[in-house]
Amino acid sequence: MLALESLVSGYHGARSVVVGATTLNLAPGSFVCVIGRNGAGKSTLMRTICGLQPALGGTAAIDGRVVSQMSARDRGRAVAVVTTDRVSSPGLIARDVVELGRQPYTDWRGQLAAEDRRAVANALRRAGAEPFAPKSFDSLSDGERQRVMIARALAQSSQIMVLDEITAFLDLPGRVEVMALLRRHAEATGTIVLLSSHDLELSLELALELWIVDDGELVRGAPDELVDQGAVARAFDSADVTFDAERRRFVLREEGCGITSI
Amino acid sequence: MTPSSVALELPRARLRLAAPAFALAILGVSLFTLSYGQVALGLERLIAGLFAPDSDPIAAQIVRDIRLPRVATGIVAGAALGMSGVLMQALFRNPMADAWSLGLLAGGQLGVALVVTAAAFAGPAAIAFLTNFQGIGLTTGALIGVAAFAAAMAALSRRVGNITLLVVGLMLGFTVHGLVSVIMHFANRIGGRVYSGWNDGTFASTTFDDLGFLVAPVVLGLVVAIASAKGLSALLLGETYARSMGTDVRRLRWLTLGAVVLMVAPVTAYCGPVTFIGLIVPHFARALARTSQILPLLPLAALSGALLALTADAIVHLPWEQHFLHLNAILALAGAPAVIGLLLFRPSLRGSA
Repeated sequence: MLALESLVSGYHGARSVVVGATTLNLAPGSFVCVIGRNGAGKSTLMRTICGLQPALGGTAAIDGRVVSQMSARDRGRAVAVVTTDRVSSPGLIARDVVELGRQPYTDWRGQLAAEDRRAVANALRRAGAEPFAPKSFDSLSDGERQRVMIARALAQSSQIMVLDEITAFLDLPGRVEVMALLRRHAEATGTIVLLSSHDLELSLELALELWIVDDGELVRGAPDELVDQGAVARAFDSADVTFDAERRRFVLREEGCGITSI
Repeated sequence: MTPSSVALELPRARLRLAAPAFALAILGVSLFTLSYGQVALGLERLIAGLFAPDSDPIAAQIVRDIRLPRVATGIVAGAALGMSGVLMQALFRNPMADAWSLGLLAGGQLGVALVVTAAAFAGPAAIAFLTNFQGIGLTTGALIGVAAFAAAMAALSRRVGNITLLVVGLMLGFTVHGLVSVIMHFANRIGGRVYSGWNDGTFASTTFDDLGFLVAPVVLGLVVAIASAKGLSALLLGETYARSMGTDVRRLRWLTLGAVVLMVAPVTAYCGPVTFIGLIVPHFARALARTSQILPLLPLAALSGALLALTADAIVHLPWEQHFLHLNAILALAGAPAVIGLLLFRPSLRGSA
């Protein structure tokens, strides 16, 4: 279980608080899509939850253990992360990258045991990365690399997976596939999956729970609920675009000629 | 065996093949250097010099007092520089980083120069002291210098890009070279002879008594390097990922820098600034191992570094008509074109360095 207790994320100094005090619990197997405008603080919130940056206040805890107080190794076992950073690593094959995900479990040499090899093979299969496992990581396309990074996170067998904007490089079928596989993973293993995405319509469709980060606050709920309450519209509407709750899509506001779908 | 398990075993299998080949080559070049040079001894006199010193005192003196320490120094220095290059390139995530290109050798040089100068200015008693405790004195000076420059470059690397860092490192080298010349000019006038003939790289100025001071820190550095290897492999994916996979990156950074300092400082103290080995050997080792995972690279880098150092030294000490060639000149002849080739023909390097 993931428990946020008055968690405040942000930076010391000029930008200060990005997302204000947030308190919530997530049950195992939750599949949460995190949405919000650019710069709303999705990444900051998610980095704070996984202990990659210090909280300004409050705590995030997994099964009662505060993430920021865990040893590096324990945190590696508890939280797996995939970011949008384009990773380049000449000299590693895709399988090497996935194997690195087992580091929180391996000995001082990083030697894989039988169980580690099983986890790596499983992760490669589930992420659909098996065909390019023996290829050089740098020779892969962006979409293939993203699958390898996801396989690496799956191999980490963590209680929580945090994925930030990972579908940005994928085409539409690729996005649906990746999100569906993560949702299946959450449901099958009880892992909590937090996934931020710009793909609002897909998130509304697939998420079991939605977090909207807007104006320094986090609003959570089932997708239908948030749409009906108008929370999605409040967060995303601009002078030119409005969210049509009926059709669950954005439409263009055009003065004089009513509303046109885009 | 399935194809995937072949891929898995590849670096280790290649290491098993390469290690004995390297060891043989190192032995071969060592024997050549021991028996050949200004005085050609031949195998018979070499064996006599090594094992029956009384039967051939001249051969014994040449082999035991002059050539053997030089060969041992070359092996240790080459191995240390090669491995430190692997560590530096992984830590700075920069394929052109090594102790020389990032100015660490310059730091060591400056440290030694300052120790010698301080002794020279402090008077004959201090010089006598330093002459007696040369090993500890010079190694300590180099350790402090290398550590200071390493800490400075590590701090700077958080703020500037790879290319800026490299240029700063190389400029530090030039600055220190000039500074040391000036310092030595004054120190020599006062009587600091301890330090002469050192500004260029050489393996020839160590004696058997010095070897301990050279080897002990390098071995200690090797232990730390092996302990850092796992974390450095994770760091190949970047700092965020390394942290998310259970690496304490802060600790790793200090450990790795510590290992580099321990390996590089004694080499600088005894051999001067030896260029290019740390820069090109890691690339060679990676190509050979077909991986950039750190642990299998360390032995390959040590072996190929030792072989490169020995070979360059062997060329330097061939019986040339004039004076000896300079070690760094030979290393530059091999190393600089190799670096240019890497930069031009490796697509992965073109963007990053």
